[in-house]
Amino acid sequence: MSSRIDETGIKIGMWLFLYSEIILFGGLFVLYAVYFYEYAEFFALGGKELDRIIGAVNTVVLLVSSFTVAASITAIQRDARKQTIGLLIFSIFCGFIFLVNKYFEWGAKIHHDIYPNSDTLVNGEPGLNIFFGLYYVITGLHGLHVIIGMVLLTISLVLVLTGKLTSSRFVMLDNSGLYWHLVDLIWIFVFPLFYLVL
Amino acid sequence: MTATQSFYHTSAPPGLTGVKSWLLTHDHKRLGLMYLAAIFFWFILATFLGLMLRTELMTQGRTIMGPEMYNSVFTLHGVIMIFLFMIPGIPAIFGNFFLPIQLGADDVFFPRLNLFSWYLFMLGSLFAVVSLFVGEGFPDTGWTFYVPFSVQNTANVGMTVTAAFILGMSSMLTGLNFVTTFHRMRDKKMGLMQIPLFTWSLYATAWVQILATPVISITLVLVVVERLLNIGLFDPDRGGDPLLYQHMFWMYSHPAVYIMILPGMGVISEIIPVFSRKSIFGYKAIVWSSMAIAIAGSLVWAHHMYTSGMSDVSVFVFSLLTFLVAIPSAVKVFSWVATMYKGSIQLSPPLLFSLMFIYLFSVGGLTGLVLGAAGPNIHVHDTHFVVAHFHFVMFGGTGFAFFAALHYWWPKMFGIMYSFRAANIGAVLTAVGFIFHYVPMLILGLQGMPRRYYDYLPQFETGNFLAGFGGYLMVLGIVIMFVNLLRSFAKRIPAPADPWGGTTLEWKIPSPPPLHNFPEKPEIMEFPYDFTEVVKRSEKNGMKGGVR
Repeated sequence: MSSRIDETGIKIGMWLFLYSEIILFGGLFVLYAVYFYEYAEFFALGGKELDRIIGAVNTVVLLVSSFTVAASITAIQRDARKQTIGLLIFSIFCGFIFLVNKYFEWGAKIHHDIYPNSDTLVNGEPGLNIFFGLYYVITGLHGLHVIIGMVLLTISLVLVLTGKLTSSRFVMLDNSGLYWHLVDLIWIFVFPLFYLVL
Repeated sequence: MTATQSFYHTSAPPGLTGVKSWLLTHDHKRLGLMYLAAIFFWFILATFLGLMLRTELMTQGRTIMGPEMYNSVFTLHGVIMIFLFMIPGIPAIFGNFFLPIQLGADDVFFPRLNLFSWYLFMLGSLFAVVSLFVGEGFPDTGWTFYVPFSVQNTANVGMTVTAAFILGMSSMLTGLNFVTTFHRMRDKKMGLMQIPLFTWSLYATAWVQILATPVISITLVLVVVERLLNIGLFDPDRGGDPLLYQHMFWMYSHPAVYIMILPGMGVISEIIPVFSRKSIFGYKAIVWSSMAIAIAGSLVWAHHMYTSGMSDVSVFVFSLLTFLVAIPSAVKVFSWVATMYKGSIQLSPPLLFSLMFIYLFSVGGLTGLVLGAAGPNIHVHDTHFVVAHFHFVMFGGTGFAFFAALHYWWPKMFGIMYSFRAANIGAVLTAVGFIFHYVPMLILGLQGMPRRYYDYLPQFETGNFLAGFGGYLMVLGIVIMFVNLLRSFAKRIPAPADPWGGTTLEWKIPSPPPLHNFPEKPEIMEFPYDFTEVVKRSEKNGMKGGVR
């Protein structure tokens, strides 16, 4: 390896990885597209049963956290360590709120006997079964990515606290930030696809 | 530490000794060899399984195993050969070892990620092994894991699928590493059109790995989710569409075929000019055809599904696209042959394997067109014709390219020479056995013998018996080849830095290479396949060529 760290190269690697994540979700969006074509009315019906308020709140929470992560990167470049730490803690907290909301949302659905292989779905309309099946798979996988993003942000936070992540070397935070934006971006697509179906 | 000490004697990171210096290494060369060891093991195992299958089919009825066992054995043969030999084979072993060297770099861009990929590979292999011994028995779905069978059957499919998922991850990270290395670590003086063709083909492959692998990952995740939660996304009773699974599966798995063949083509493009003492014909055409194959190859997946109930329009479109892939492939074949024309040919084992590759791959490619055409496909769909076709491409193509690479770079990797005589005998036996093994299958397929069946009608017995006989001959050839290579460790005849008269950078450094690859800064040639120097040198030495 060259003596100087090639940050552009590290970022190229990260972008390639993000690209693969998009394709991963892309596969699911293909499923969504095909089944939407087949069951448009049931998708609309299913969408009405989801709680738009919680969905909208979660969207705002993620958008805000994306902003604070971006701000923390600017802060570390300016050597404002305390600010960076504060912004990062806030972002991780936002991720936590998102998951709590999701928990209540899933909980309510499961309470109403709407979950994979539940009696209501198995004996009900196939279109609804597919809609909620996709809902659980896609939001579940997205939730998993939120958790991974939070872990990455936490690692960056620890590195800032121990002084290993500074204004001269912050590529880890940069990349965690990119990952967090990806999680946000995917949600921006997931939200209208499930909550705002016409 | 002297600069010329080989990488076997210096560890990276420094200070590690013994087993640790291998298991914790960041050195791309050691990792390449570690892949070699693991893949070698899997190749031998899967070859043995394949031979068992053909032995079973040599006579009608039960020969050595029952039908359930037969289903499991062909699944294992397929899964191991595809996921543990074909896909990682050339990129992980020779790509890891030679891509950085050909680019004039001292390692890949992410050395630690490289080590991580190796561990993922081993973890995936471990899952594959464990899935054999726990749960309800061997998976028996075939390597395609088609729904609904893969979701409903009680065998241990979940674990095998997980193994494939992890292996896919490993292959994708290797691809990511190669693309970054290609762009960021290349010698500053090396322009795009000065890069050796093997590295170009790995670059094209790496993009396919990054683009396509996530699709199979999500598909395999869905199979596992279906098995656990029973959502019904592919179950027609519950609103799902099983055809969609096939689309998703082939969206990756067809491009994966090009992950398997492109690096092989790269190997051949290296070997042919060296042993013809002549610059490669159509360097740019070969580079562009690699990229064209990578792109067009990603758009042909549904040609596996002509009989699955697609619309006629889709069949027409996919058939047309399939024919298009034949063009860049043929460009390569013509370029190789044109390179040899009026060259000063040195028939050494690597070239012998390459010639066999060209022949067998061409047969595979042409039979591919038979399958790609919508009409004939209906006749030969899911018959032994398909089996023979993809073994011609995958084994006759990638497999022989792998053997060629092994014999071409063996002296560089280990610093020792092997016996040419035994290598030639092994090569000829393997190729002759190959023809006897697969040509009967082509004929059986045209006569209507289905693939994957445990038993067959009496009229197919002669063909199957002959195929089995050819199979034994082929395995004998492979055994001779491997034993010869392994014997070179006992004889230890030292190899010079450049035993062949190669022009790419790996031949300008000692065999085996030192830890940081280049004792002094490499000189980048105007054109990587310029043999004027090599020819001059051998004329001065009074030899016809450089081969000793």
